[in-house]
Formats: sequence, structure tokens, C-alpha cells
Amino acid sequence: MARYIPNTNEQQVEMLHAIGVKNIEQLFDIIPKAVKFNGLLNIPGGLTEMEIIKYFSSLANLNKTTDDYICFLGAGAYDHYVPSVIDHMLSRQEFYTSYTPYQPEISQGMLQAIFEYQTMICQLTSMDACNASMYDGPTALAEACVMAYSTQKRKNKILLLDSIHPEAKQVVSTYLQYRDVDIVQTTLETLVDDIDENTACLCVQTPNYYGQVEKLKELGEAIHKVKGLLVVYTDPISLGILQPPGDFGADIVVGEGQVLGNPLAYGGPYLGFFAVTGKLVRKMPGRIVGQTVDTEGKRAFVLTLQAREQHIRREKATSNICSNQSLNALAATIYLSVIGKKGIKDIAKRCLVNAHYTYEQLIDTGLFEKVSDKPFFKEFVVKCKANVSKINDHLIENGFLGGYDLGDGLWLVAVTEKRTKEEIDLFVKVAGEVV
Amino acid sequence: MKKLIFEISQPGRSAFSLPPTLIKEQPLENYLPKELIRKESAPLPEVSEVDVIRHFTHLSQRNFGVDQGFYPLGSCTMKYNPKINEDIARLNGFVNVHPYQPYNTTQGALKALYHLELLLCEITGMDQMTLQPAAGAHGEMAGLMMIKAYHEAKSDHKRTKIICPDSAHGTNPASAAISGFDVVTVHSNDKGLVDINDLKELMDDQVAGLMLTNPNTLGLFEEEIMEIATIVHEKGGLLYYDGANANAILGKVRPGDMGFDVVHLNLHKTFSTPHGGGGPGSGPVGVKKELIPYLPIPIVKENNNEFYLSYNHPLTIGKIRSFYGNFSVLIKAYAYILTMGNKGLKEVSENAVLNANYVMSQIKDDFIVPFGTSCMHEFVLSGQLQKEKGASTLDMAKRLLDYGYHPPTIYFPLIVKEAMMIEPTETEGKETLDEFIKVMKDIVAEVDKNQSLVHNAPHTTVVKRLDEVMAARKPIVKYTP
Repeated sequence: MARYIPNTNEQQVEMLHAIGVKNIEQLFDIIPKAVKFNGLLNIPGGLTEMEIIKYFSSLANLNKTTDDYICFLGAGAYDHYVPSVIDHMLSRQEFYTSYTPYQPEISQGMLQAIFEYQTMICQLTSMDACNASMYDGPTALAEACVMAYSTQKRKNKILLLDSIHPEAKQVVSTYLQYRDVDIVQTTLETLVDDIDENTACLCVQTPNYYGQVEKLKELGEAIHKVKGLLVVYTDPISLGILQPPGDFGADIVVGEGQVLGNPLAYGGPYLGFFAVTGKLVRKMPGRIVGQTVDTEGKRAFVLTLQAREQHIRREKATSNICSNQSLNALAATIYLSVIGKKGIKDIAKRCLVNAHYTYEQLIDTGLFEKVSDKPFFKEFVVKCKANVSKINDHLIENGFLGGYDLGDGLWLVAVTEKRTKEEIDLFVKVAGEVV
Repeated sequence: MKKLIFEISQPGRSAFSLPPTLIKEQPLENYLPKELIRKESAPLPEVSEVDVIRHFTHLSQRNFGVDQGFYPLGSCTMKYNPKINEDIARLNGFVNVHPYQPYNTTQGALKALYHLELLLCEITGMDQMTLQPAAGAHGEMAGLMMIKAYHEAKSDHKRTKIICPDSAHGTNPASAAISGFDVVTVHSNDKGLVDINDLKELMDDQVAGLMLTNPNTLGLFEEEIMEIATIVHEKGGLLYYDGANANAILGKVRPGDMGFDVVHLNLHKTFSTPHGGGGPGSGPVGVKKELIPYLPIPIVKENNNEFYLSYNHPLTIGKIRSFYGNFSVLIKAYAYILTMGNKGLKEVSENAVLNANYVMSQIKDDFIVPFGTSCMHEFVLSGQLQKEKGASTLDMAKRLLDYGYHPPTIYFPLIVKEAMMIEPTETEGKETLDEFIKVMKDIVAEVDKNQSLVHNAPHTTVVKRLDEVMAARKPIVKYTP
């Protein structure tokens, strides 16, 4: 019998006898002969643990990592430091082998952790409520648009500032492509003309795809004037030093939570956070943990407001989502506990300082030009006099992962708290060697 | 009462510090306009590393995982999560890879994705897979949008409806709605299967497709699947396979051979990746060749043993999430499939079905069995007999907690009163099942002889039953000092 299957042949015989059938095949007689699969699937025979380790190590070794290269690449996934304690805690089987906490009496651990997660996201964003997390940042943004549209059915326009991450914009378009809604891309300049009574929401990313910090106050005023919602897509690390979106009148704040203690992992799993103002709590998609008491009056936590969800409301649910990224949200909770009140400011400031230092050093070479004077956080764009892909190739050869190639000679460079002055100086030197 | 992390916070305490820097740090105002700078710090906890470790260790001790005990949660396939797969997914070469690295530095990752797609195609009998959906419901959305795109590409704009059985998971109708369809319900017959006559009546040229779980949520195989497929296809509709119950069919029957055009799998169910307390999961979707043009982008391709991502597919439904899927989860499922192999996967379904039938045969006389005398990998009981005596299915489920079990899924499917859905999975042996059978019988006896024990259960857990009405009426969803 295969590894993970404990029944012995003798036990199988006993069980078959108890059921009253001759053999296992009889239990599958219900499958019509015409479609039954006979023989063996055309996939390899089973491998032992030793063979599995060998094979997967060989695959892993075909990849280069952020240990092999010093990373200046971001564009939506970032090389922040992941403290050691996180994986020790995530590796506890009580967390990672458990199911969704539908039985609260034996799930208080995960429920409380998610309650703490919801609280921390509210603290960072200055919002009233937060759900238990979604698949990733872009799908959280898409769900925010779905929510804005479906709670204001008479409005059928969604405005996206064009400085939002292109993949996030694409996901919004995918999610809403079969609804009666227009998705309009706009800029800070054209916004005034595009915004109207028909606008369900205005979505803005800050720091935006190019690392620049947007001014939310005016945007909030503009969309609220037509009774639409302000949806802000943000980097939670930046909120260590940036005024939170809730203070500027944001109605929904979403973002990519990878930066909170989750490794790059070739793009996933990550988590999307989703926070709202008090009056929108019951319109929110996804799971929510709430506080209550047990029959003895003890404080306890439970999944709540489930009347919004698919298992109760079916086609009338606020979303079809039937999971959350619990373990990733747990990583975020542990991360925010470890770095704490002071650490989030320190990390955010280090990112800011490192990015500005890198930017100035690059500009000082005379080989890279400014493209904007807007304030930025941990990522910025420069125009390269040399060919961007040549610069990135040369950097790879010298042990660096260069910035993201935006085309037209534009280069998006990310600098996290992990980078040292020595690494940055060498990066700038090597980047400047390409002419 | 377990304190919240905020309640153990001590001003000035910290578990983290940055290394010193040689770059001269200026005040924030020198980098950012004053009105954009945070005025009040976020009140995150201030704790030491030991505080963090103790806190989350204690929390873990208030949670129940598969490694602790039997978890017969119907429809969720709570099988054992192999440890080696956790180790593999944590290899440096998989963890510390940026999704936008150049292809020549990510060949191992791309090769793994490419090969996993091929294996899943073979297992399901489909022509091509996408690994991107983050969960089953996400896969459903992607699959239904492909169905929509397929009809639209043929200028067939009148197909606005999706048919779902009344026994379907809630995600099916919810996913159909999010994909822009109206939902029509087909009823189950007295055997718990799709009512063929009802289906014939509903199926017309406005129906885009039928979503079906097979075996269905009652644990019964839709034996008339070929006729169902013909009815749907003859009227121009497509057939969607919800892979929630795929643990019953590995190497036994393939959705592609049964006439399904779109299939989603739940890697966190059938392919042993951990549920993680609610996620991350992974919900790959397979399609027949007519639907390949509509797959979400990007698509993993191979050319002379070099792997890359392809984005240029004009008919694609688009991008459904960031990057390429829940990569670490995919790696675990790939390792699982290679470990089990073709014979092992067949044994998975054989033992899953054997175990379910065994448990059913031993407790069926103690409960009402609403449908059938045998089952596939799971079965549904009704607690109606006990309910009439005063103990609900919820009471019995809570009593199971005292015996150290995670209860079965309860009150689903909706078409069975006092439903209890039991799925033992193949990773449990006969002794475990025998103990569970005994406990179920003991609880039934308690309902007769000592009902308050059942009524007031659980007795042994860290909290007792919760006031869920209060939680929903006055929601407290964050800590306030």
C-alpha cells in the first residue's frame, strides 16, 4: 500500500466483509463501464522520500534566488526581511493542518490570531473594520470594485487611476468584464472630467506603481462630492510613516500583504487585505472574525456576519470567495507583532532613506535622469541613457537583480530595508558601467 | 481567558532591530511633504520575542489540526499533509525567488509548473490546465468566465444562465453570479441524483452550462452522467466539473472522459496540501481543447527544454490574480503526485471509498440514511431521529468535540434535514474508524439516556458554545483598548 495509506490488506478484507461486498472494485460498479478508466494513469510510479528530495532539490537549484543576487526588483513583490520566528510559528501543525475555523470551540487559536490581524490592519490603515484576508492585493482591489458597483447599482462607472499596478488593473477588468459596468482609466489631470454622478468608485494606488505617494485628500473630496467611494490600494509598510488612508476619507482600503512577513515564493501564496469604514462592514466580501462570549460569559471569537457569504446567500452573496489566506494572514500578524509599534516606523524610514540614497547616487552618475519630482517611498523611476535590458543583464552577471523594465528606457527600482550602503554603492557603480 | 497580543504589550518593549546604517538619515520632512507624514504611530503591540513565541504557541494550543486527530469533515477532504512536502516547498530555491526574475533564473520553478500541468491533465482527462486560481471558488470563476467567453466568441449572446443542482456547494451559484450569469436550480430526484426530466426541461438555448460535482455532495455517483452530458451538449451548453469530490475518482474515472468541458481541482483537498486554517488553497482549472484560447494569462510554455511565460493570447479571459498562482502550494501538490504515483493515486480513491462505506455500514442503522445504501468517498446521514428526541445534529457535533474529534460537516447539503456529512479520507486506518464508530454509537446512546451531556456539549474545550447572535448583531471586529 502507498505511503500515507494505513489500511493493511487484511483490514481491507475485514472491511469489505463488513460492508458486504466481495472486493473494492464492486464499490466502483456504479460508474458506467463506458467511461470507467481502466489500467493505470500515464504518470510515473511513486517515488520514495529520498528520490523526492533529490528531484526537487535539483529543480530548486535551477532557480536563482535573492541569496544569489542582491535584489533591487520590486513592482508589486518585495524583498523585505522575514524574521525567523514567523516560520517557526507557521510550522505548528495546529495552525497549518487545521480547517477553516467553523467549529469555534476548537479553533480559538486561529480565530483570535485573525481578530488580531484585523485589528492590526485597522491600526495601520486607520479604518474601522477589516476582513480575514483575500487571495492577494489585485483580487482585493477587484473585490472592492465589485462591492462599490453592486452596492450602488445605479452607478456603473469605475474609475481607475492609471498609476495603479498594471496587473491589478487587469484583474479588475477580468472580474468585472461580464457586468454592466464601464471601467475607465484616468489620470490626476483628466479626473475632473471623468468623475460624475455615475461613478461608483475611484481607485488610487499610493505609493503608486511607480513608487510615488499620491495626495488622497483632494481625491476623496472629488469622489465624495458625487457620492462614490474612495478605494485606496496601499503598501502597508509605507503606513509606518505615511498618513493612513482612513484619515483622508478612504471608504475601502486594500493592498498586497506579502510585504508583511511573507516570502517572495515566486509570486504566491500572498494575501490581500481589505478594510472598510464602519458603515460598510455588512457589505464587505470574505470572512470576518468577531468577538463574542461563550455560555459562561468568557470572551471568545467566531466567524461572523456570515449572512453575506456564499454558503448562506448562494448567488446573492457579496462574493463567491470561500476561503481566506489564513496562514499568510497569520504570518502578517506575527510579523507586525515582532516588529511592533517602533519597528514599522524604523523599517519604513529605512526603506525611504535607502531608496532616496540610491536615487540620488544614480542621478549623480549623469547616466540616469529624473522623470518626476513627486515624493516617493521605497521605489522610483529613472530614465536610463543606456539600454535597460543591457543594464539588467550586466547587473545579473555581477550578482544583482536590477529594477523592472517599464519600456521606453524607464527603469523601476525598489530598495528595501535589507539593502546596505555598500550594496547600493556597488549597484550604482555596476549599473553605470553600461553605456 | 486568553489575552490578546495588545493586552500583553509593554511600552518600550521590542522584538526587532535594524542593523546600523552608514547612510545619513535625515528627518522625514526632508523626504516627504509634511501633510503626508503620519502624525500618530499605529498602536501596534510592543512585545519581546519570547512574548511573541509564547503568545502564538498558546494560540496554536487552542486550535485543532489533522495531526492531532480524526477530521471527518465532509466535502473538505481533511487528509494527512505529508511533512516532506512542507520541507520541499521551503527550499531556498523555491522560497526566495522573485516572480519577475528573468526566465533563465527561474527554470526550475517554470519546469515544475509545466510538468504539474501535464500530470493534472492526465489525471482529469483534460487537454490543458491553468494553475493560477488561488482556491476552488477562484477556479470556478475562471472556468465559468471561459464558458462565457467561448459562447461570446461564437456570437452566441443569449446564453445567460447556468444550471446548478439544489445539492451544490454555495460557491457554484455565487461563482456563476460573479461571472455574470443568472442561476437556475435543477432538483435532485428521490435517489439524491440530478432529476433528468427536470434537467431536460431547464436545458435550452439560453443555458451556457451545467455545474456538477461527481460524486455529488451526497457522496453519490451521478450514474446517468453520460445522458446528462448529452442533454447539455445537444442544446449547445458546456459541462463544468466541480472537483470538490475528486478524491473519489483518482485513476478510476476522469471528468474529461465523462464529457466535462471544464474542471477545477482543489489541491488542498485531493492533493494533500494543508488547509492552513482557511487558506492558502489552490484551484487549478483544466479545459478541453475548444476552450484553450480562453485560458487566463500567462501560460507556461516550453521550447527546446526552455520554459517561459506566454502572454499573447487575444481571446483570454485575462488576468485573474497577480503573478502565476499559489506557487508553494503547487510545489507541495506536485511532490504529492510524484510520491503517490499512478498506483498510489488509485489506492487513494479505493481506500477513501472503502473507508466511507465501512463507516456508513456500521452506523447507518443508528441514523436515517436519506439516500442510497452505499456511497463513494463520503456519505450523508440525517440526525432527524435524534432531533425528534431533543438532540440536534449541532448538539451531537459539539459532543464529538469532547471525544477529541473534529465533527463532520453539518447542515449541508441543504436538501437533507439535520444533515451530517462524513468523509473519513484514505489516510485513516480501520482502528481509527472503529473508534469513531464506537463514539458515534455512544453519543446516540447518550441522546437516549443522558441527553443533557449532549445538549450542553462541549464540556472539555477551552470555551463553551458561543453566542453567535450577539457577534452578528453588534459586530466587534477589532480590539479597542
